Amino acid sequence: MKNNKDFIWRRKHLLELKDLSEAEINHIFETADGLKVVSQRSIKKAPSLRGKVIVNLFFEDSTRTRTSFALAASRLSADVLEFTAKASSISKGETLRDTARNIEAMGIDTVVVRHGAAGAPHMLTECIDACVINAGDGFHEHPTQGLLDIYTIREMKGDVKGKKIAIVGDIAHSRVARSNIWALHTLGAEIFLVGPPTLMPPAADQLPVTVCDNFDAILPDLDVVNMLRIQFERSSGATIPSIADYAGRFGLTENRMKRCKPDVTVMHPGPINRGIEMESAVADGPNSTILKQVSNGLAVRMAVLFLVNQASLLPPSERVGG
Amino acid sequence: MTQLHIKNGRIIDPKNDIDAKGDVLIADGKIIAVGKVKPAKDAQVIDATDKIVAPGLIDLHVHFREPGGEGKETILTGSRSAVAGGFTGVCLMPNTNPTTDNRTTVNYVHGKAKEADLCNIYVSGAMTKGRDGKELAEMHEMNDAGVIAFTDDGTGVQSASMMLKVFKYASQFGKVLMQHCQDNDIAKNGCMNSGYRATVMGVPGMSGLAEDLMIARDIILLQQTTARYHVQHLSTKGAVDIIRDAKAKGVTITTEVSPHHLLLNEDHCDGYNTNCKMNPPLRTPADIEGLIEGVKDGTIDILATDHAPHLASEKDLEFINAPPGLVGLETALGLYVKALVDPGHVTINHVIKMMTIGQAEILDIQRGTLSVGAVADVTIIDDVTTWEVDVEKFHSKSRNCPWGGWQLHTQATHTIVAGVVKFPFTS
Repeated sequence: MKNNKDFIWRRKHLLELKDLSEAEINHIFETADGLKVVSQRSIKKAPSLRGKVIVNLFFEDSTRTRTSFALAASRLSADVLEFTAKASSISKGETLRDTARNIEAMGIDTVVVRHGAAGAPHMLTECIDACVINAGDGFHEHPTQGLLDIYTIREMKGDVKGKKIAIVGDIAHSRVARSNIWALHTLGAEIFLVGPPTLMPPAADQLPVTVCDNFDAILPDLDVVNMLRIQFERSSGATIPSIADYAGRFGLTENRMKRCKPDVTVMHPGPINRGIEMESAVADGPNSTILKQVSNGLAVRMAVLFLVNQASLLPPSERVGG
Repeated sequence: MTQLHIKNGRIIDPKNDIDAKGDVLIADGKIIAVGKVKPAKDAQVIDATDKIVAPGLIDLHVHFREPGGEGKETILTGSRSAVAGGFTGVCLMPNTNPTTDNRTTVNYVHGKAKEADLCNIYVSGAMTKGRDGKELAEMHEMNDAGVIAFTDDGTGVQSASMMLKVFKYASQFGKVLMQHCQDNDIAKNGCMNSGYRATVMGVPGMSGLAEDLMIARDIILLQQTTARYHVQHLSTKGAVDIIRDAKAKGVTITTEVSPHHLLLNEDHCDGYNTNCKMNPPLRTPADIEGLIEGVKDGTIDILATDHAPHLASEKDLEFINAPPGLVGLETALGLYVKALVDPGHVTINHVIKMMTIGQAEILDIQRGTLSVGAVADVTIIDDVTTWEVDVEKFHSKSRNCPWGGWQLHTQATHTIVAGVVKFPFTS
């Protein structure tokens, strides 16, 4: 992978991976490569965002994404403001716009937002000047999760182009799947969406993917298997008859692992339902990159925080996407 | 009373199959002569040269929000919007607060209409109490108070047994029942068409099956009774096909379409554009083709607006949280010509038919024609001069619609209600 030193990142917002070019995605990865070493030092801090304020504006529960962003920001010496929807005036009926404007008035540089409504981060970019990073909106996208997944694949496989990658599970309600699909497609991977038809989104066959309800048939060809969480807190519980009925066909068991390529990469965005999406032995086995994904998430989020703040210094005419 | 002499226009009166140059003479609120006329010397003259003189436009599907939603629209501002768009009559939906499901509220709305005194205001009453589909509303009471139709618009009656009761009970009145066909068990929390665009945007989708299923159900139920039945705001090709088949079998059923379902598709929601959030949602190009086919072959009887004002602050929310709907009275005529006449699907005569006599027949009112002796509701139309939609100039209280900046070439220049020029406004 060639390192293009002349590339200039021009986006002050990261809303979706659908829009990103191959060069942009690779630039994020190269930046993450450089920042990864910060976490390996005894003093785990770089001064890149010193004096910057980053707010974690989370309207949905989150543990790992929120802490990952907080740690990424602090590694770059930024101040982090934690904002929880429940502790705020959201419960008093304040609109998203008003909430964001109020927080911005405190003088912040970047908003990391998670919201149950698709498009909420997009809406923020229209009403505040700060950089906006989408940390998950509705079923739309979760770009940093997509990036860290692919960053991990790149680390394991060297290159993404031409690799056969299965995303298995509740695609219909998954923003992680959508972010993966767009960026993997841009990078030239061959994508399979695997699951029963009741877990596929409308018009799934119009996405740049192959839709497949027979996991076993494609198993031996796969380079990467990304197992999505079956989200019982969403409606998907009702779209499968039982855990046994699902796991029997779409769970990654030790038996299924035997039929995979020996070096298949096994991924999961977490939190994992052990024994449903995959058996514990697989989750903890040698092919699993689950924990690597988490540590890579830190590097990727550091890169994104760094890049959007750099881009905010460009004159608007030289920026892309607002 | 002074005579009103509309001179030298192109008279289009689909009821009487007239399309000819001529004059219309009005006295005492009635049309007294059409074609070659002999006006009194002191008659007030409107020169309609190069313009179309049509029966007053009617829209049987509007929301004027009063009582309860006066911040969005009132019967006065809605009436101003109506006559500015060329409409001499509108039928108000009952999803007010309180619901128009009782005599008192009907009387209140009629009172407000009288105060506004701009166009004919027809009132529809709810079919079920509170529009919640559980109990019959007091239809006799509302019928006595003068409602013209019954509907739970905004929602369809979900229970088949309840709908059968509505059909049976309402058959006492001969008033049309208008259904917002949407099976909520299928529709769920969907807020745009269930398809590729919803998948990309990550927004819950609503399948067109929700519409098709309720129409099919109602057609079966309907045949058990003598009720008159009208399907509101058709949005799917499937629905057109079902209704076409039913009509071919002799089922008495009528239906309408709205401008946005002919001109916009699901892709217009891109960028989370809440002005394109509608209910039923914008569908696909294939659905639009199906709807146009339905207009051409007569499956679709009339052209409505579903004028639905909302506050800017409400549309300024996340896509899933914003209310659906758009204002439509001041753009409907121009948009229908753009959607149907400009591409050559139908003539302007057909559009006028679907906006006048077609509506009057469904509502069973003596309107929609320029026959001698008829009440003089007349709309004069400039079909030549290009104009650009400027939402800030709307007479409606609300601005919510995606039409700002659209170039249209059809617009009412005069709206005459019972012989009185109500638009252009004198005050």
